[in-house]
Amino acid sequence: MNILSLFVVIPILMIVALFLCKGMKSIRTIMVVGSSLLLILSTVLTILFLKERAVSDAEMLFVSATTWYTPLNIAYTVGVDGISVAMLFLSSIIVFTGVFSSWNMNMAKEYFLWYCLLSVGVFGFFISIDLFTMFLFYEVALIPMYLLIGLWGTGKKEYSAMKLTLMLMAGSAFLMVGIIGIYYTSGHTTMNLLEIAKLHIPIEYQRWLFPVTFLGFGVLGALFPFHTWSPDGHASAPTAVSMLHAGVLMKLGGYGCFRVAMYLMPEAAHELGWIFLILTGISVVYGAFSAVVQTDLKYINAYSSVSHCGLVLFAILMMNQTAMTGAVMQMLSHGLMTALFFALIGLIYGRTHTRDIREMGGLMKIMPFASVCYVIAGLASLGLPGLSGFVAEMTIFVGSFQHPDVFHRVLTIVACCSIVITAVYILRTVGKILYGPVQDQHHVGLPDAAWYEKVSVVVLIVSIAYIGMYPFGLSEMINESLIPVIAKLNF
Amino acid sequence: MMDFGNFLFMEQEIGLIILFVLLFFYDIFCSEKGKKYFQLVAVSLFAVFTLFGFTPMNKGEAFGGMYISSDMTVFMKNILNIATLIMFLQVKTWLYSENTRHKKGEFYLITLVTLLGMYVMISSGNFMMLYIGMEAASLPLACLIAFNKYQEKSAEAGVKYILISALSSGIMLFGLSFLYGALGSFYFSDMSRNMISSPLVLLGFVFFFSGLAFKLSLVPFHLWTADVYEGAPTGITAYLSVVSKGAAALALIFALYKVFGSIDVAWHHILWWLAIITITLGNIFAIRQKDIKRFFAFSSISQAGYLLLGMIAGTAQGMTAMVFYILVYVFSNMAVFGVIAAVENHTKGDTRIAAFNGLYKSNPALSFVMMLAVFSLGGIPPFAGFFSKFFIFMAAAEQGEYLLVFIALLNTVISLYYYLLIIKAMFIKEENPNNLSRFSIDNYNKVSLVICTAGIFVIGFISLIYEYIDTLSFGI
Repeated sequence: MNILSLFVVIPILMIVALFLCKGMKSIRTIMVVGSSLLLILSTVLTILFLKERAVSDAEMLFVSATTWYTPLNIAYTVGVDGISVAMLFLSSIIVFTGVFSSWNMNMAKEYFLWYCLLSVGVFGFFISIDLFTMFLFYEVALIPMYLLIGLWGTGKKEYSAMKLTLMLMAGSAFLMVGIIGIYYTSGHTTMNLLEIAKLHIPIEYQRWLFPVTFLGFGVLGALFPFHTWSPDGHASAPTAVSMLHAGVLMKLGGYGCFRVAMYLMPEAAHELGWIFLILTGISVVYGAFSAVVQTDLKYINAYSSVSHCGLVLFAILMMNQTAMTGAVMQMLSHGLMTALFFALIGLIYGRTHTRDIREMGGLMKIMPFASVCYVIAGLASLGLPGLSGFVAEMTIFVGSFQHPDVFHRVLTIVACCSIVITAVYILRTVGKILYGPVQDQHHVGLPDAAWYEKVSVVVLIVSIAYIGMYPFGLSEMINESLIPVIAKLNF
Repeated sequence: MMDFGNFLFMEQEIGLIILFVLLFFYDIFCSEKGKKYFQLVAVSLFAVFTLFGFTPMNKGEAFGGMYISSDMTVFMKNILNIATLIMFLQVKTWLYSENTRHKKGEFYLITLVTLLGMYVMISSGNFMMLYIGMEAASLPLACLIAFNKYQEKSAEAGVKYILISALSSGIMLFGLSFLYGALGSFYFSDMSRNMISSPLVLLGFVFFFSGLAFKLSLVPFHLWTADVYEGAPTGITAYLSVVSKGAAALALIFALYKVFGSIDVAWHHILWWLAIITITLGNIFAIRQKDIKRFFAFSSISQAGYLLLGMIAGTAQGMTAMVFYILVYVFSNMAVFGVIAAVENHTKGDTRIAAFNGLYKSNPALSFVMMLAVFSLGGIPPFAGFFSKFFIFMAAAEQGEYLLVFIALLNTVISLYYYLLIIKAMFIKEENPNNLSRFSIDNYNKVSLVICTAGIFVIGFISLIYEYIDTLSFGI
């Protein structure tokens, strides 16, 4: 079997095992073993990939195709390039840490069943290079969210779950039209991304296929004005689901925009990209401003996700090598740090039973470990050098500013403002909840992070610091994989 | 001189009649004590008969083209058989209840007659045959709908159904007489040879189509659907929404492709608009329903709209997609009604959606099946419904109907909303006092739900089924 298929097989086996097992202990064992296996697998894959990359110059590696529906020419085709490897690594880290962050769930069995189904979708999406299976996995990743939020969420969970599911499904309706359109207009009825990339979709079709596909993925990437599911959804979701959703699922949007919409329809991307560029510019700034006025920790982080994910799409639409490298880096960096944020917020909320920053204060004295980690996450988010956020944002803005024309430069400058606003809301939150006098006397004596929460948080911090300190290995891998894409985009 | 060899082409019909006769004598001559096993005998005989359908059959035209048996018709009849078998499995508890116990024999016999009518509809090569099949299918169905005759709702539904089907037959016959006048024949092959797009033919077509549209419950011919579905016994509701509808769709696609293929420009627009309003209205009205049987009545209206997409394509791919859609729909919808029947039996006839509140706590297995079924109906992967929806959209898009596909897709989002309401009731809502206790369902229904679940999981992944249908399909 292809090594890539293991990414789908392991979570499916986990689902089967969960079905058969009983008791909290065995559930935890299954989840920890399974997610560690995934983490090991992605490490092995990275090593194998780098080895293979040195000798082969194919666009995708480990490609294998199994014909599925012969009359329609649909196949289960898998393959990875540097970008998908990076995304797979990110996903396995978040899935791994998510397990530890949901150590004490009620109805744990059902919870982890859906959790595993979600990861099947996520991993399957990143390994697919066939549009049909890609779309299939994309939807598999979306639907468990409804029950995960609706059953285990907090606050107005039913409303948020419904809103999130319907908005994302509406996005995928756009996407499905786009995919079917690409299939028929590329001139050779095939779903294989690599084959379609070699063909040429007529420009008059590209003109409507590009917006439809970009919008379809863009909804998941929190593109303004279709981002409204994100704050409610993230705020209501249980900790690990927020982590996985903001950390990985929103990246599905960015990755899809780049891999399907831009890569397959370069002419239309040049022609119509400016519309989406403006929208993403608004996402970046508006998300940041909205975060400033929120009082709920999760809302703050959700809006900051809108802003940061907007930056991903923004950089993708800049269509040059540097900016796009930055976009992928930003996906990784945002995935890790937003997961860290949500893990910590879950930790704090689990103890204080409030997420309102006005009701908290002086947590540094009560939970020193969690608080220090929160500061680190905050610093990563506002782009402190040495942590991942700086590397990513720096690359994006340098790349974006390379455009000589006024339009791109002005937008870049506007987007740059978000760095300052980010600093405002991060420092405000950190100052308010961690320092100062203890606001609520009931909070005194609350326990600090338990060992399982520490595992989750430390793994994330180490990854963030690794990217921040040594970005070159990663950026080289991404850079290399971008060459064919850039070549296609510049015709 | 009639050639009796022709009857050999009607193997499945003859098999059905033999089955009918066997059950008939068993019902008449057996003592009350021996009838305890009626359900077991009937179901196992029907299961054997269903398997018989998968053995090689004679194919060809009989009676000068009146009756056509091909691989496709055999396959379609097998789909109907499977659905009927599942329905037979689901009715046990209801059928053995106090008011219906003494007439369980009749239930099976009448159902078999309607099934025979549907066979004839599918196999017909002549409009008279089609009409006879349709009548044979719909008149006994009215008896079945009114089977709970002591319940006002059921009796009322029966009357409604028979009035509506009389009306639709009348309209259809009226249209057929026009077609006969214009084309001079009732045989499919002669008619397609002489087909012209004169006003008389078009008028005839519209009336004929309306007649079948009543059966398919397309908007605006759908007004009977909700009332009848609500009043009929749950098993019969399932039968109406799956088997009866499936047979009408299959008969319609044959007539459209074989007879009216050359004037597709004329009916293309009619079907286009009907598809859109059927899907949209079905969905919008489903949202407002409080009764689960009415709810699934509107859901099945909108599902019928999706079937039209395959017909609009007018290609072999369209036919494949439509037949595949029906096959998947059989398993998903039968699973839904199996669960409804189980809950209804437990709650003594409570079919409000609220009766499902908290079902997950008391009966996780049932709510799990229900969840799979509605996800499949809503087109969520990795369940079979996703594949059938995707393929039917592909078939329509192949002909450049992107706008239609897009509108249909937006409708799937609406449908997802109301399907999620069911999920919400079962999993998220607080428990219903009636459902607090865990209840068990009879073994027959269990088997039927297992079959449905397996179907929902497997059909999409086994591409062989789709590929097999694809080899049988033909375009205009």
